[in-house]
Amino acid sequence: MQFLQLVISGIAQGCIYGLIALGFVLIYKATETVSFAQGELMMLGAFCGLAGLTMLGFPFWLTVIASIAAMALMGVVTERVVIRPILGQPAFSIVMLTIGLGYVGRGLITMIPGIGTETHTLPVPYKDVAWNVGGLVLSAEQVVIIAVTALLCLGLYAMFKYSKLGIAMQASSQNQLAAYYMGIPVKRLNGLVWGLAAAVAAIAGLLLAPITFVHANMGFIGLKAFPAAVVGGFGSLPGAIVGGLIIGIVESLSGFYLPEGFKDIAAYVVVLIMLMVKPNGLFGEKLRKKV
Amino acid sequence: MRFIFKTDYDQDIRLAKHGGQVFWYTALLALLLAAPWIVPEYWLAQLTFVLIYGIVGLGLMLLAGFTGQFSMGHAAFLGVGAYTQGVLTNLGLPFPIAMLCAAGLAASVGIVVGLPALRLKGIYLGIATLAFGFIVEEVFARWEKLTGGNAGMHVKAPEIFGWKVDSSEGFYFVCLVTAVLVTLGVLNLLRSSTGRAFVAIRDSEISAQSMGIHLARYKTLSFALSAALAGLGGALYAHKLQFLSPDQFSIIQSIDLLLLVVIGGLGSVHGAFLGAIFLIAMPQIIAIVKDYLPAAIGQAPGLQAVVYGAVLILFVLFEPLGLYGRWLKIRTWLQLFPFYRKGMFKRQKSFQKSDRLK
Repeated sequence: MQFLQLVISGIAQGCIYGLIALGFVLIYKATETVSFAQGELMMLGAFCGLAGLTMLGFPFWLTVIASIAAMALMGVVTERVVIRPILGQPAFSIVMLTIGLGYVGRGLITMIPGIGTETHTLPVPYKDVAWNVGGLVLSAEQVVIIAVTALLCLGLYAMFKYSKLGIAMQASSQNQLAAYYMGIPVKRLNGLVWGLAAAVAAIAGLLLAPITFVHANMGFIGLKAFPAAVVGGFGSLPGAIVGGLIIGIVESLSGFYLPEGFKDIAAYVVVLIMLMVKPNGLFGEKLRKKV
Repeated sequence: MRFIFKTDYDQDIRLAKHGGQVFWYTALLALLLAAPWIVPEYWLAQLTFVLIYGIVGLGLMLLAGFTGQFSMGHAAFLGVGAYTQGVLTNLGLPFPIAMLCAAGLAASVGIVVGLPALRLKGIYLGIATLAFGFIVEEVFARWEKLTGGNAGMHVKAPEIFGWKVDSSEGFYFVCLVTAVLVTLGVLNLLRSSTGRAFVAIRDSEISAQSMGIHLARYKTLSFALSAALAGLGGALYAHKLQFLSPDQFSIIQSIDLLLLVVIGGLGSVHGAFLGAIFLIAMPQIIAIVKDYLPAAIGQAPGLQAVVYGAVLILFVLFEPLGLYGRWLKIRTWLQLFPFYRKGMFKRQKSFQKSDRLK
C-alpha cells in the first residue's frame, strides 16, 4: 500500500517534470534549440497566477486563462526579440542566451520589493481536499495534476496529428528549409512554438504551485526536467511525459527506500545510466550526418 | 600597418609573431610582477582571483572553445581539485605536490566523464556533464568524513619545507607563476599536432576522423587536460578562500565558468583571462554603480542576476566572439583603416538539420 502511495506521488511529481520537459521538446523539435529558461517560464507562470488570485482578485478560472495567455504572449515576444536574430548560429549560443534569459527572469522577480524574496502559497480552490480510496490517500492536488497532464497530452497529440498548424509545425521541425520552400511560414511558426511552450510551462507552474510554494527559485526544478527529456529522447513528445514519469517515480521511491541524499540525485543517476546505455533515449530518433 | 614577411616555416608556429607582441607581453608580465608594490591589498586579492579563474577558464576554453565539447558541470572538477588540495595540505604535504595530485585526480575524474562523451554530442553531452556535476556536489556534501559536509572545511596556508606562504603577496606570486606556466603550456599544446587535432574535431568530427584523427583518444585527452587545469585552479582557489563548502561548486559556479568563456570569447586564450577579469570585476562595478541608482533598484537583491543575464544576452546577440572578438575587430579596423568592411567577421549560418550535425 505504501508502495502504491509512493508511486502515486511520484507520478504527480513526474507529470510536472514531464510538462516542463514537454516545453523543451516542443522548442527543440521546432527550432533545434534547447531552452534553459523553461523552468523560469514556469516560475513566471506561477507568479502570474499568484498575482491574479491575490492582488487582482480574479476568480480561479479567469486567473488560469489569464496567466496562460500572458505567458504565451511572453513566449512569442521573447522569441521575436531575442531568439529570432540569432537563429542559425551554433546551438551553444542559444543555450547561453536562454541561460541569460533565465537569470534575467529570476532576477527581475527577486527585485519586486516585498514579493520577490518571499515564499507564497497559491490559494487554489481545491487546496487541502483529499479522498480516501481503499486505503490510499489521494490529495486533490495530485489528482488535478495527473488529470490536467493527461488532457493536455491528448490535446497536443490531436493538434499535431489533425490540425493544419500542427502538421506545419511537424514539417518545419523535420526540415526547416524544405518547409520554407513549401510555403510554410517557418519564422512565425517558431514564434508560435515558443508561445505554446511558455503556455505549457505556465500550466506546469500553476499545477506545481499548490504542492510546493511560489518563490523566485522554483525554476530550478527545470534542471530536473532535462533528465526527463533526455530519458524520453529529446525530440519526442510522448517521450517527454514518459521520461518525466520515470524520473518522478524513481525519485519518489529512492527518497523512501535509499539512504538520505539519493532523492536529490536520483534523476541525474538515471539520466547518466540512460545516456550510457541508450544515448538517444527511449523514443529518440538517431541522426547521422550524411556526407 | 604592419607587414610580416615570412621567410621561415617556423614563423607560422612561433609564439610571438612579431616584435610588438614581445614588447607588450613583456610589459604586461613586468606590470604583473610589480603589482604587489603598486596596487592596494584589496585589488591584489581580486587580481589573484582573476589569475585563478583564468587558469580554470583556460581549462574550459581548451574543452569548449578548442575541442567543441561543452561541459556544464565544470565546477565539479574545480571542486575535486579544491578538496584534494584541502585534504592533502591539511595532512601536511608540501603544496606543489598537493597541487599536482589535485590536478591528477581531477584529470582522472575528467577521463571518467570523458568516456560517455565519446558517444554523446551537443546538448546530450551538456546534460551528462550537468548530471555529473550535481552528483559530485552531492558527494561533497555527504562524504562528511573527508570533506566536512555542509559544515565546510578549513584549508591551511600553503607550506613547503617549513617555508609558509601566508602573506597575500606570496600567494599572489604562487598564482602568477602557475598561471604563466599554464598559459605557456596551453599555447604550446595548441600549436602542436594535438592542438590542431582538437581544433579539427571542433570544426567537423567527420572530416577530422577521415584525416586520421583518433576521436576517442583526443576527446578523452581534451577532457583530461581541461579537468586537470580546473583542478589546478581549484587547488589555488582552496588556498585563496581557506574555506570550502559544497555549495561553492554548484551549478551556479558551472554556469559562471561558461559565462566566463563565452563573454571572454570562445576559441581564444586571451578570452579566458578577459572573461576572468569580467567575472571578477562585474560585482565590483555593480557595487559601485549601485550607490548612484534609486534605492528601489540599487538595493534590490536580484540586481546582480539581472545584470549578468542582460550582459550575457547582449553578448550573444551582438558580439558572439566575446571580448576578445571585439578587440580583434578594433585592431583590424585600426590596421586596415580605412579599408575595414562590416562583414569581415561574419559567421556562416546553418539552418538545415544535416548542417548542424558535425
